[in-house]
Amino acid sequence: MTEKTFFNEMFDGDEVRIPYQKVDEWLTNASHLSLARKQEQADALFHQLGITFIVYGDESDAERLIPFDIVPRVFTATEWSKLERGIKQRARALNAFLWDVYNRGEIVKSGKIPARLVYQNEAYERSVVGFSPSQKIFSHIIGTDLVRTGRDDFYVLEDNCRTPSGVSYMMENREAMMRLFPNLFKSNRIRPVDQYPNMLRRTLSSVAPDKCEGSPVIVVLTPGSFNSAYFEHSFLADQMGVELVEGRDLYVHGDFVYMRTTQGPKKVDVIYRRIDDEFIDPLCFNPNSMLGVPGLMNVYRSGGVQICSAPGAGVADDKAVYTYVPEMIRFYLGEEPILNNVPTWRCSEKDDLAYVLDNLAELVVKEVHGSGGYGMLVGPASTKAEIAAYRLRILEDPDDFIAQPTLALSTTPIYQESGLAPRHVDLRPYCLVGKDIELCPGGLTRVAMTEGSLVVNSSQGGGVKDTWVLSE
Amino acid sequence: MLSRTAESLFWTARYIERADTLARNLEVAYRMSLVPNTSAGNRSEWQSILSTSNLLEDFNAEYSEVNQANIEHFLIYSHSNPSSIRNCIRAARNSGKEVRIALTSDVWSALNQAYIEFKKFEKSPEEIDLPTICDWVKRQTATVQGSFQGNQLRLDGYDFYNMGTYIERADNTARLLDIKYYVLLPTIDMVGGSVDSYQWTTLLRALSSYRSYYWIYGGDYSADRIADFLVLNSACPRSLKFCITQVAHHLDMLCSNYGRYSDAQMLALKLRDELGTISIAKIVDEGLHEFLQSFISSNNQLTEKISQSFLFGVQ
Repeated sequence: MTEKTFFNEMFDGDEVRIPYQKVDEWLTNASHLSLARKQEQADALFHQLGITFIVYGDESDAERLIPFDIVPRVFTATEWSKLERGIKQRARALNAFLWDVYNRGEIVKSGKIPARLVYQNEAYERSVVGFSPSQKIFSHIIGTDLVRTGRDDFYVLEDNCRTPSGVSYMMENREAMMRLFPNLFKSNRIRPVDQYPNMLRRTLSSVAPDKCEGSPVIVVLTPGSFNSAYFEHSFLADQMGVELVEGRDLYVHGDFVYMRTTQGPKKVDVIYRRIDDEFIDPLCFNPNSMLGVPGLMNVYRSGGVQICSAPGAGVADDKAVYTYVPEMIRFYLGEEPILNNVPTWRCSEKDDLAYVLDNLAELVVKEVHGSGGYGMLVGPASTKAEIAAYRLRILEDPDDFIAQPTLALSTTPIYQESGLAPRHVDLRPYCLVGKDIELCPGGLTRVAMTEGSLVVNSSQGGGVKDTWVLSE
Repeated sequence: MLSRTAESLFWTARYIERADTLARNLEVAYRMSLVPNTSAGNRSEWQSILSTSNLLEDFNAEYSEVNQANIEHFLIYSHSNPSSIRNCIRAARNSGKEVRIALTSDVWSALNQAYIEFKKFEKSPEEIDLPTICDWVKRQTATVQGSFQGNQLRLDGYDFYNMGTYIERADNTARLLDIKYYVLLPTIDMVGGSVDSYQWTTLLRALSSYRSYYWIYGGDYSADRIADFLVLNSACPRSLKFCITQVAHHLDMLCSNYGRYSDAQMLALKLRDELGTISIAKIVDEGLHEFLQSFISSNNQLTEKISQSFLFGVQ
């Protein structure tokens, strides 16, 4: 593997970068023992709160903790302001795109995006063609995955437009930090994140369907307590003060959806669903699904209920469609993109494919529809045999793959027994789209806990950090 | 509130109460096993726990011998016994998890903490003696109950949870009383003999009512008085009357909260009135065993009515 220099967000050579100065003072003054004890307390705290997640395929101890690191990740107000403008811009463009491709399809007609990529996409939902959801919004919660490679260089890795998870960690990480290190919060001016549930509730209320009279009844729809993100579903419902329902709690009667309550049926207006499209209505989609509500899509299409995100929103966050987001921004908004896309080779195109196959050892190759860091090839970290095997997979169905250069992901230090050690990080802020577009000042920083590793996914052993945005 | 939420709260409370009662019974059996085995009733002490919980058949299917080690294992750690302490704690925690948002974080932490700690015990059960684990269970259930009573909003969820506690408790008291009265003392003539005095005190201990009985009736044990204490005394928090009065109270609260009467409420009021007007002399006269059997079945019927009245279960 070629030696690269990585941007360290805390240290510029021997100098401590300005946003980290207070953090550095704290780390320098704290004794090793007291830090070790705090790290233990943090772990105990998370365990006790029951913030565990389920790793698929790991049967030995089905519920385990995401490792939490006590060194925060810090952004200045200026850095954040650029991210904020860039993310909101993408959110507007993505929603304009979604409305367009389910209605007139101007962007396809103009030749900016190949029709095949949109209309033959597995995530393109034929059952909502011609339908216009409330406020013309399809994707109400967007989790934008970003990486940093230099002082001013940020790249968007992907836009999660369906049901991005992780926001509960953003809030619990903050909660843990505030309990463990109250003094740090006195000496730094850190923008709070605990208003997120309130923002989410406001967003969901603002997209209530026209047929809703009075203040909308909102619910969070979960697949159930065995789902890996169940903690988050219950956390959000609790924080918003709305019911957490499963499919079996809901039923369709006439033009509306109702939930079964101890006081009889109650009409539901907005469903924040944390179930994939495929499972929400067995009559419309997967007939074997026990998770959904029979007849829900009919109610949705007749304006009796709003589903968030709207069915079909997935077509905007497909990894192949991702490469066209800069085009969308120019086409719908007439603006230049504020945030960069990672340069991407589409294996569906002949020249790109040839380049990718010639340079596999240098590239990161991903499945177009994959997620969670499964099934990807990190060229520089793979053996020749692994690369050869992956090559065959690509050749079998080139359309299914895209490739990107291995980015020099920035690092921030994590706390270890032996002291501070730099580890690679990424960032997922959460953007809410309703009547207004809002970005919560913070996000989920995921950190690769293993030295040199570039894979930050929690399913692959990645950890999390509290993410600070400093006010002016 | 969601019907499923109400149902889960109801069952969380039942499993916690069940684990607590089981720990108390085990403690009593352990205490009995330390007493010289001279009097006739003592030998069946371990077995009587099994009969109390209706588990004798399940136990015999799994173990060849009725002894302390096997019974301990069956009642505490068994995976197959649905009412083992292990399974009660898991079931309470899992139904609590399903309705996390209906519980305060303190209650959830207490449930989760019990679950996590018990997993450690399970790994090396031989290292923990019976009194330690019984104490531990009582402490955990007290923590859950305490944080629930201390912090929970007094809304409908509070009523459903409490109904679970009291219905389970009434069931436990009735069964325990029935076993002691009927299995150990089959004829009314033996009441007052030297054996039963010890038996009765263990019964009181199992229901944590040993000292409270003293306070109310002085030191004299008699079957009538103990039955009176555990069936009809309104001050005893484990008596049938107390439990049913509580259930009726919570159904009344739901009635005024929801603005409608329920079938469950009607039945609870009827049971409460029956317990309010009958005397212990009459109960003993007509047969305590018959009375208790009929109570257990009415109590089950009350659970069914609650399910129907508040749409429990998938329709």
